[in-house]
Amino acid sequence: MTEPIRLKTPFSDKDVERLKIGDRVLLNGVIYTGRDAAHKRLSDLLKEGKELPFDIRGQIIYYVGPTPAKPGQVFGSAGPTTSYRMDAYAPALIEKGLKGMIGKGMRSDAVKEAMKKHQAVYFAATGGAGALLAKKVKKAEVVAYEDLGPEAIRRLEVEDLPVIVINDVRGNDLYIEGEKRYRQG
Amino acid sequence: MREIDVKLITEKVRDLCMEANTDLGEDVLEAFDRAIQKEESPLGVEILKELKENARIARDERVAICQDTGFAVVFIELGQDVHLVGGGMKEAIFEGVRQGYRDGYLRKSICHPFTRANTGDNTPAIIHTEIIPGDQVKITVAPKGGGSENMSRVVMLTPSDGIEGIKQYVVQRVKESGSNPCPPTIVGVGIGGTFELAAFLAKKSLLRPLGSKNPDPELDQLEFEILTEINKLGIGPQGLGGRTTSLAVHILMMPCHIASFPLAVNIQCHAQRHKEVIL
Repeated sequence: MTEPIRLKTPFSDKDVERLKIGDRVLLNGVIYTGRDAAHKRLSDLLKEGKELPFDIRGQIIYYVGPTPAKPGQVFGSAGPTTSYRMDAYAPALIEKGLKGMIGKGMRSDAVKEAMKKHQAVYFAATGGAGALLAKKVKKAEVVAYEDLGPEAIRRLEVEDLPVIVINDVRGNDLYIEGEKRYRQG
Repeated sequence: MREIDVKLITEKVRDLCMEANTDLGEDVLEAFDRAIQKEESPLGVEILKELKENARIARDERVAICQDTGFAVVFIELGQDVHLVGGGMKEAIFEGVRQGYRDGYLRKSICHPFTRANTGDNTPAIIHTEIIPGDQVKITVAPKGGGSENMSRVVMLTPSDGIEGIKQYVVQRVKESGSNPCPPTIVGVGIGGTFELAAFLAKKSLLRPLGSKNPDPELDQLEFEILTEINKLGIGPQGLGGRTTSLAVHILMMPCHIASFPLAVNIQCHAQRHKEVIL
């Protein structure tokens, strides 16, 4: 297995183009959190032609709703949630310049098409490894929708957050390829 | 008649909520070890090792194994010679969940189905009560995550579908779930009873320790056969490809109506959390 690639955010088109399915990536820099309810609100803003609460160009959204941080902890347990629930909202955000998403589980054809067209990638973090992933978050602050509690949009500074490329800009899908490789009978 | 104050139930439920969410059972850790030995995908082995490391951090630092600390599903076996005093059992359990999720810094994940407004304290809990002989109370808390629950199904098969129908349905369900329920999963299967009881059996089957045999040899064989088929699918740890799609299949069965053949499949993620206490 090849060594992980260390990447800084925000991403340029060039950063995204070099990634291919199965690549292990260690993310460094700022990423944003957002899941079901926050996506609904972002989508409503776009529909109304309004500004988003943060500049989405080149950014990465992590689909996560953390546990509350314990005293002394920067961030609570923070593994990915299942991504298909964000499929309805993701293409519009990709069109606006979103370059990466972190979650778990397969994306819809519409999301994959948008990633190909606008140069974006989809990463998986290990679902259920919340305690381990939390340690990679060095700073966290709410930037929008505090009323949503665990679903609020947070700006995170991460160090070596381990993720794997599931969908690249060429339309490949690790879930499909991986299953094919190991299927028997 | 033995008297038990419900305050004790609140206290125990509180502790069990926190313990279950931070301390993964030895049976699950041993199942990870067996899977690491067998897994052919290098990426799959990495994932399984990561899950072990995650469980170690959670246990050492008393933090949640997974951010989805689940719906609090509480199984009560209440001895018929017990007299509960000091308040209602349901409210006592809810209070225990409230305190456990607050004091344990666990995520509150329960909301109104339409408005999606969070109830704020992870209540209500789901309570399954069984009256049994004796003067003891057994409390089991099994937090259930949403991702794997969403992949679960109940289906009313036709009696002519037979055992082959069960096998096909369960394997197909795991296949269609793909990477969504955080594989490697544990597949709870309820066969027979009625529509709602099949689902209950599937959920209850998940409480059996991993690596243990089904006491019914016929079901034990069926578990083995279904697991073998599932692990040929190639989905693997986290759906990235590999041999370990599921760690186990657990079946509970009871008689059903002559016209019916109910089947429930309750998918459980690898964070198979449950803790129990006997009062």
